[in-house]
Amino acid sequence: MPAEGIFSLIWVIIALPFAGAAILLLLGRRTNSWGPYLGVLTVAASAVLGILMAVAMFGRAAESRTVGQDLYTWVLVDRFQVHMAFQLDQLSITFVLLITVVGTLIHVYSLGYMAHDENRRKFFGYLNLFVGAMLLLVLANNYLLLYVGWEGVGLASYLLIGFWQHKPSAAAAAKKAFVINRVGDVGMSLAIMLIFVTVGSVSFHEVFGTVDKANEGTLTAIGLLLLLAACGKSAQFPLQAWLLDAMEGPTPVSALIHAATMVTAGVYLIARSNVIFDHAPTAALVVVIVGCITMLMGAIIGSAKDDIKKSLAGSTMSQIGYMILAVGLGPVGYVFGIFHLLTHGVFKAGLFLGAGSVMHGMHDNVNMRRYGALRAFMVVTFVTFVACTLSIMGIPPFSGFWSKDSIIHAAFEQNVFLGSLTILAAGITGFYMTRMVIMTFFSKARWEDDVHPHESPKVMTIPLIILGIGALAQGFLMLYWGDIVAWLEPVVGYQEKDVPIPEVLILSLSIGVVLVGAAIAILMYQRRPVPVEPPHGSWLTRAAREELYGNQVNDVLVVEPSLQLTAGTTWFDSKAVDGFVGYLASFTGALSGRMRRYQSGFARSYALSMVGGAIIVVLALVLVRLS
Amino acid sequence: MNPSNYIVLSAMLFSIGGIGVLVRRNAIIVFMSVELMLNAANLAFVCFARMNGSLDGQVVAFFVMVVAASEVVVGLALIVTVFRTRRSASVDEPNLLKY
Repeated sequence: MPAEGIFSLIWVIIALPFAGAAILLLLGRRTNSWGPYLGVLTVAASAVLGILMAVAMFGRAAESRTVGQDLYTWVLVDRFQVHMAFQLDQLSITFVLLITVVGTLIHVYSLGYMAHDENRRKFFGYLNLFVGAMLLLVLANNYLLLYVGWEGVGLASYLLIGFWQHKPSAAAAAKKAFVINRVGDVGMSLAIMLIFVTVGSVSFHEVFGTVDKANEGTLTAIGLLLLLAACGKSAQFPLQAWLLDAMEGPTPVSALIHAATMVTAGVYLIARSNVIFDHAPTAALVVVIVGCITMLMGAIIGSAKDDIKKSLAGSTMSQIGYMILAVGLGPVGYVFGIFHLLTHGVFKAGLFLGAGSVMHGMHDNVNMRRYGALRAFMVVTFVTFVACTLSIMGIPPFSGFWSKDSIIHAAFEQNVFLGSLTILAAGITGFYMTRMVIMTFFSKARWEDDVHPHESPKVMTIPLIILGIGALAQGFLMLYWGDIVAWLEPVVGYQEKDVPIPEVLILSLSIGVVLVGAAIAILMYQRRPVPVEPPHGSWLTRAAREELYGNQVNDVLVVEPSLQLTAGTTWFDSKAVDGFVGYLASFTGALSGRMRRYQSGFARSYALSMVGGAIIVVLALVLVRLS
Repeated sequence: MNPSNYIVLSAMLFSIGGIGVLVRRNAIIVFMSVELMLNAANLAFVCFARMNGSLDGQVVAFFVMVVAASEVVVGLALIVTVFRTRRSASVDEPNLLKY
């Protein structure tokens, strides 16, 4: 349907944050005093528009909920036509709400968190840039425009990870994230090219309408390339190594970009391309496998890290693994993947902001072995953090329970083995989240000497409270009052399958395993004192601390060969190419050195050579004449 | 009168001039040898003009004479100047312009 009424403002949702970014970054230091507030305001205005549109859409019939807005023709080259056009449907509006509402809360929180940073105007400019690019990504109605947003969020992520660029580790982490994302982006651009070659268009409408005519091999290739793109952006195996280092950025960045929104873009991409994956079962199977591996890897890494943010980053990997797994399952899982994405966006943002609040009171120390017994000193942070923790662990009635249980259920529908793995990952989640809460808020105080923990200012705690309430109520409300399944079904499709195991058994099993994980954590960290220096640990702990040797594998497989190749090329260039040219030059030089000896200065020897030359010419002429 | 005799004479004069340029050191003698070579060439031109019945060769001979006259003016001036500064008319003495 064409955009009318409130829906004619779709472009404004995107334009507002971009305008904020432009003002803050182009006007520079003049906006230092009021810039951050403008940054908050633009995103908040987008959020209000998004909510109004969601309400308007909610009031419409299911068939007429998809709205398109065509601004102008962007690229027009023969058959290749791309419009600057947006598509607002049930899937994109849910993302718009997540991005703008959570984005607004994190912007407000950043006012407090970054209050003493002299570059905070730039920080808000980058955050606005990110929000604008992310909105462009989810509202685009074709793959090429989506790709613009995709690159935009990558750029914002790079800028924000390296925001404290005076720290070499932050600069390196930003570079690492950027380079690994490029690998995924190659997949994305190849996928778009392949889609255009196969279908002759890049707009979602035409691609999904005609995709069933393409052969399955091509669709599998497109699916795998899209998966590669998703792996890069969503930190899935084997492109997962950048996410843990990305925690070098300021904590609100970790919350907004590396937990709630950007890293879920891969899930969005796969859910949006559901028609392609439905026609390419092999690609969908690979999606499930990748999601499953990452889900377990992330959980194991999160269990061993002592850095609170890195532990949460491992958890993010694991939860996105859940979502990728769910969307890989096909129509039984798309809805629940998105559902978990939405609940995760809220409670993980809450967890990260809570971690930021703890760091704020602990002199920016991130080592959980130096926390302990903080519950009395920061009550609001403690309560909201626990609410979000219960949510991620999947304890009813917190929101994570509803979404994660749906995924576990969908996995059982597909395959019992897969279902068991999701339950195992849920158990590990129970372990590492309980460990985190105990090491931070319970057990004995292990603070460094001059630390005086205190609660954060209101501007930081109020977003925490809102996110905490979201972590409590969102899942229940969305599933029953909002009826997320029926809401998303027209876009991504839904179908239910029979499960060989009774539902009650799955439910009690998953909660039971989570509780066992939590109990192990209590036994290990509450009953026993937590040493300030990390103990040696078992081989699994050591491997998890090393991020399951992901970096080492990358070093051996990619970095080392690349360095060798560079060294080889440099050697070839300096020795072979330069050597040949240099030899030629020195040869000519030496020859000239010899030759110039003939410039003796004696006029008569010159005359002799002239005579000799003339004789040779005459002889040559005579010979030619004779023959 | 066979014209080829003039050609032989011209070749002999040219060779004598050439050898003179190569073996003599006195700049004046070298200069005279050069003139001898030029005139040997002139003789050949005139002879060929006669043999072919065209005036082209004779015209070229005039040009050569003009060039030779100009050359004498410049060349003698050079020799005199060199002699004034170096007190010598040898062509081997002024050999500073070299590698």
